[in-house]
Amino acid sequence: MLRGRAFKFGDNISTDDIAPGRWFHLRSNLPELAKHLLEDVNPDFVSRVKPGDFIVAGRNFGQGSSREHAAVIIKMAGVSAIVAKSVARIFFRNAINVGLPVLICDSDKIRDGDELEVDLKGGKVKNVTTGSELTSGKFPEVMLSIIDEGGLIPYIKKHKDFDIS
Amino acid sequence: MGKTLAEKILSQNSGSDARAGDIVIAKVDLAFLQDGTAPLALRQLAASGLEQVANPKRVVFFIDHASPSPTPELANDHVLIRDFAVKNGAQLCDIGEGICHQIVVESYANPGEVIIGADSHTVTAGALSAFATGMGSTDVAIAIALGKTWLRVPESFKVVVSGGFKEGVYAKDLSLHLIGIIGADGATYKALEFCGPTIDNMNMSARFTLANMTVEAGAKAGIFSSDDITRRYLEFRGRGDLFRSFQPDPDAEYEQTIEIDVTSLEPAVSMPHAVDNVALAKDLKGEKIEQVFIGTCTNGRLEDMAIAAKMLKGRKRHPTTRLIIAPASRKVLMAAMNAGYITDFLEAGATVLPPGCGPCVGIHQGVLGDGERCLSTANRNFRGRMGNPQSFIYLGSPATAAATAIAGEITDPRELL
Repeated sequence: MLRGRAFKFGDNISTDDIAPGRWFHLRSNLPELAKHLLEDVNPDFVSRVKPGDFIVAGRNFGQGSSREHAAVIIKMAGVSAIVAKSVARIFFRNAINVGLPVLICDSDKIRDGDELEVDLKGGKVKNVTTGSELTSGKFPEVMLSIIDEGGLIPYIKKHKDFDIS
Repeated sequence: MGKTLAEKILSQNSGSDARAGDIVIAKVDLAFLQDGTAPLALRQLAASGLEQVANPKRVVFFIDHASPSPTPELANDHVLIRDFAVKNGAQLCDIGEGICHQIVVESYANPGEVIIGADSHTVTAGALSAFATGMGSTDVAIAIALGKTWLRVPESFKVVVSGGFKEGVYAKDLSLHLIGIIGADGATYKALEFCGPTIDNMNMSARFTLANMTVEAGAKAGIFSSDDITRRYLEFRGRGDLFRSFQPDPDAEYEQTIEIDVTSLEPAVSMPHAVDNVALAKDLKGEKIEQVFIGTCTNGRLEDMAIAAKMLKGRKRHPTTRLIIAPASRKVLMAAMNAGYITDFLEAGATVLPPGCGPCVGIHQGVLGDGERCLSTANRNFRGRMGNPQSFIYLGSPATAAATAIAGEITDPRELL
């Protein structure tokens, strides 16, 4: 069970918002790049987010560039999962591949600062502050296996191949 | 029930009866990375314990984003990439060769292939009847090592295009119009399959523009049938023997059909800070523009250079509007030079950049100042995209861009024809 505070974002947050292109030269220095996470959308986010907290967004989170660094630095900031109405497809794969869980549900019912409890296995998002509960859409089996192993690299180290027969 | 193009190509490459919604393991015919995504991929490959390259002739590294390198950090990333490519016998397209997506269609992509690139605009190669899609560094790293990847077979939208373009209206305008209709996430996880009489008569350059932009509607792929125009393009590029015919079955199932008659289309512009925030160029008259950029994987081809040169020849850029032009590849630059376009550009007051991504990605070669506005032929106008979150990006066709550079404000190109 994951527990933390919700940091609320709007629709169409791009990977340029998450990992701005002007810090392109820091992509091989991820701790430095992570200091700029979402700075153009919420300049206080990096200083306020605590391990376990959640990013709660609207539609199409992670649209645009395929830069996986976006998912990596969200995880490095301690965010335990993304809760959104929808996520862009490349970001979705990237997040799962780096071991950052994504839950798809109607995030309108979550307010900035609400305390959340997330049950990844059951796909449940409980809003402790309001008492309401949301259910996430189902993932394909292969994604569940990758999530179970904590990402694609640990998955491949264990299975040596894609094992989805 | 028949199959869509996506279902046909993924069936063939997975050795299964692939249907929308299925998860398949597909053989990867081409995997490529660029200098912004390759270093992380190489670190992930090392972490996986699979330091191997399954098919080095079909793994390509491109140094196109920060090219030539503007900082020591990026120069070191380039060293890492070059060393890996040499050590493993993989292909390397170093600085000056051009943008990955342009070189992929010029030199690598063929009908029926599954193409995976660590860059979102990998969808460009779908215009050659390939299933081409962007992924992140880790997915492409594993695809390099194993020669395969997992894919969910997408549902398809059929985009039926009819009618003739008015003078001054292009595939880019159609693309912006389409994204304006369906929205920035209107085709998320889906394949957009283009067909209809207008597509049948469209040159490859325009098809590449349409395919390139499909990811801006969230699509996983933008796919075209292969026909005589595809065959002639491959012959011109020396790969005529690799042409194969791909068409969807007449009874294929589509989630949606979108019909567009281009006859009534007018030059379109995406306004800051969203690609689906679309207006007509003529309605933005008076909007001052400090920088115009013509190039990118969307509109940096010879045909785009020709459109811009025709408008700029004998004219000058507006004194307060900078004009930056970056041909998409070395081949495009050489052909543009031989056709006299580069002279036209320079005489018009343009700054001509080496082939590559140029200022599109916000690293160098044209970062905007606070409050400045750029009209670009690129595919994306997100806040901060060109390196400054205090700047504003508009998107349009090469004709709209050239007309805007001359007038100093957003201009419908038909005013200058």
